[in-house]
Amino acid sequence: MIETHLPALIALNFLAFAVIIPLFGIWKSELCQPLATLGAGISAGMSLYGFLYYLNDVPLRYFFGAWQPPVGIEFVYDGLSAFIILVINAIAFFVLIHSKPIAVREFPNKLMAYYSVTMLLMLGFNGMVLTGDLFNLFVFLEIASLSTYALIAIGEKAAPFSAFRYLIIGTTGGTLYLLGVGFLYTITGTLNIIDMTAMMPEFAGNSSVITAVILMVVGIGVKCAMFPMHGWLPDSYTFAASSSSALIAPIGTKVAVYVLIRVMLYLFGIELLDLVIPISYVVGLLAAIGILYGSIMAIAQDEMKRMLAYSSISQIGYIIMGISLANPYGFIGALLHILNHAVMKACLFMVSANLRMKEGHSDISKFDHTYRKKYPWTMLSFSVAAISMVGLPPLAGFFSKWYLALGTIEANNWLFLSVILISSLLNAVYFFRILEKVYMKNPDADEQVPDEGLVSDEVKPSMLYPMSIFAAGLFLIGIFNVAIVAVIMNMFPAGL
Amino acid sequence: MRTQFESPIVLLGSRLLSPYIMLFGIYVIFHGHYSPGGGFQGGALLASSVILIRLSGGRIVSRLQVREFFTTPLAAIGVIVYFGTGIVSILFGSYFLDYEALPFPGGLDPAALRYYGILVIEIGIGIAVMAILVMIYDHMARGEDYV
Amino acid sequence: MYDFLLGHYSYWLTIILLCIGLYGIIFKKNLVKKTIGLTILQASVVLYWVSLGSKWGATVPVLDPAYPASDVANYLNPLPHTLMLTAIVVGVATLGVAFALLIATYNRYKTLDEDEILEQIQ
Repeated sequence: MIETHLPALIALNFLAFAVIIPLFGIWKSELCQPLATLGAGISAGMSLYGFLYYLNDVPLRYFFGAWQPPVGIEFVYDGLSAFIILVINAIAFFVLIHSKPIAVREFPNKLMAYYSVTMLLMLGFNGMVLTGDLFNLFVFLEIASLSTYALIAIGEKAAPFSAFRYLIIGTTGGTLYLLGVGFLYTITGTLNIIDMTAMMPEFAGNSSVITAVILMVVGIGVKCAMFPMHGWLPDSYTFAASSSSALIAPIGTKVAVYVLIRVMLYLFGIELLDLVIPISYVVGLLAAIGILYGSIMAIAQDEMKRMLAYSSISQIGYIIMGISLANPYGFIGALLHILNHAVMKACLFMVSANLRMKEGHSDISKFDHTYRKKYPWTMLSFSVAAISMVGLPPLAGFFSKWYLALGTIEANNWLFLSVILISSLLNAVYFFRILEKVYMKNPDADEQVPDEGLVSDEVKPSMLYPMSIFAAGLFLIGIFNVAIVAVIMNMFPAGL
Repeated sequence: MRTQFESPIVLLGSRLLSPYIMLFGIYVIFHGHYSPGGGFQGGALLASSVILIRLSGGRIVSRLQVREFFTTPLAAIGVIVYFGTGIVSILFGSYFLDYEALPFPGGLDPAALRYYGILVIEIGIGIAVMAILVMIYDHMARGEDYV
Repeated sequence: MYDFLLGHYSYWLTIILLCIGLYGIIFKKNLVKKTIGLTILQASVVLYWVSLGSKWGATVPVLDPAYPASDVANYLNPLPHTLMLTAIVVGVATLGVAFALLIATYNRYKTLDEDEILEQIQ
């Protein structure tokens, strides 16, 4: 039975837990976090099961209310959505394990609301990935966005204001997406993605379709922080509570990028996209500017979470650039980078959360060599993730950049190749300055803090293990990248 | 809700109106699946009857009608009614929210099954909408606890 | 040309509303006015969708024996309307969250002017 209902159960499981948590949370608020972790764990387990068993199988389609598409709403569980679902649910599971002490410390009387909204957020993301209907996608996008605003607003003093700014920008993006879907509906008379894909070649070059593409790319671009639409991201990630940013930063933008892949490469296809104006090249160019902008701004930041936020803009640029190349290497690089960046960013935000937990701040200018003794495992994880971010073998980050570079070479696009290489150097600048501060003594310091007598003062195991698992995972992804690439090879959209 | 003053006329008027609004809300919920109306509208009417008493009577009187404590579980129960209907149809071997698979007694034909299935859903939505609207009012009346 | 302008009047109205909404979002400094601009923007898209479903000389999509369902010109297209019902609910939820965030912002900064808040954050 579970096989047929798998796509629906993965997403709806979160809805069930979103209402179970308030029921139990009124009784005992300590139960909220284990329940949320359990919910994410069940979904992650089901995603893993589905991923392993339907790897090379035909796409699984689930019809809600037994209404056949294109009349009814369907969930489509194919290779690409299975991969993304597994990534986001597994990351959410580990981040939720990690979140308990931070949540208790930063917002002790909002636990029930926080974990219930977390489950709604995951429902929105899972729905966005699984749905096979463009309007349904909009609804899930808004569910996820509204939950994101709420999660960001739980945080520091400036958090509600930054959440409000994100709300204004994000809702405008969502509305533009809806307008684009309206244009497509006028032309095709359907909202089902599979149905619409089959009809698309008839409408090649139609001006309504071109307008719809631009509106949808702009709308989704807001959600995935594509370069000119990235303004909401740094403030939101910086002022949100550490557990919120550790959850939203790795997952939120990735799901939006997935929607971009669906729309650009699967729904329209690259030929139709570039028929009248070279949309994919423009998107790639914006991504390239975003990569450089994010990296340069990250160097200028002193606050670690803010630096990571700018770094996110730059890394999203890599993924979007890979999509815009529209060749197999670019596609492999983009999908591999979705996985890598999710793991790396989750690990890095957990490190910043651990430091905030212990030191009360994550201000890079105050870092010194005592951290090496006080937080050996946190700093080790940070180093691994940072080196992977820069892209040194055998860590995971190297391989996605390698495939992206191969993609640019295959497309004869030397501009993008040089952007990737320059950005790697810039990454090294902003990550290695932290490693330098932590692992080397500052000879100019007025008073030297002695090394001796410092004992390990690590955070609790529940915070330490998820972070260490991600750091170890970076090695594993790097070593077994051939197997992952072999999986990704089965997901190529038609015509690539 | 910080300062209250008693006004017997307002309270009496609200107490007179509230049950009728509530009755109309229930009517709208139960007729929503084949005439204009439904769970959202009916739930909003139910909530308005509760909030009317809250506005006119203050915290002490409104406690006699719907306690603040009950709104959160009530909202969860409303969603569970909706969700449970979907799960029941999965358990009886069909897709999520396929009302034709619901095990109503009496050997009804598919059209009638859909008729009653939507009614159950509307009741769940009505409860959830009512509870959530009252919850929003309570939270706004209490104010934010940020210092 | 005249026909083009007059025949698409609902689209022109949509475009005007869209521009008013975007103007409010971008240029207004008061956060409540920004929210109003957002609502106007959403309303314009909702009106666009609703106008998609309308036909001249058609009746409401409730089956009437006098008008056979085999001729689609007899009935309006109900799908855009039902979709927009959902979109309006989404819009209301967004509005609610926006106002909740504004209340929280006002409690913290005692102002709703964007420049003043940014000054205080710095």
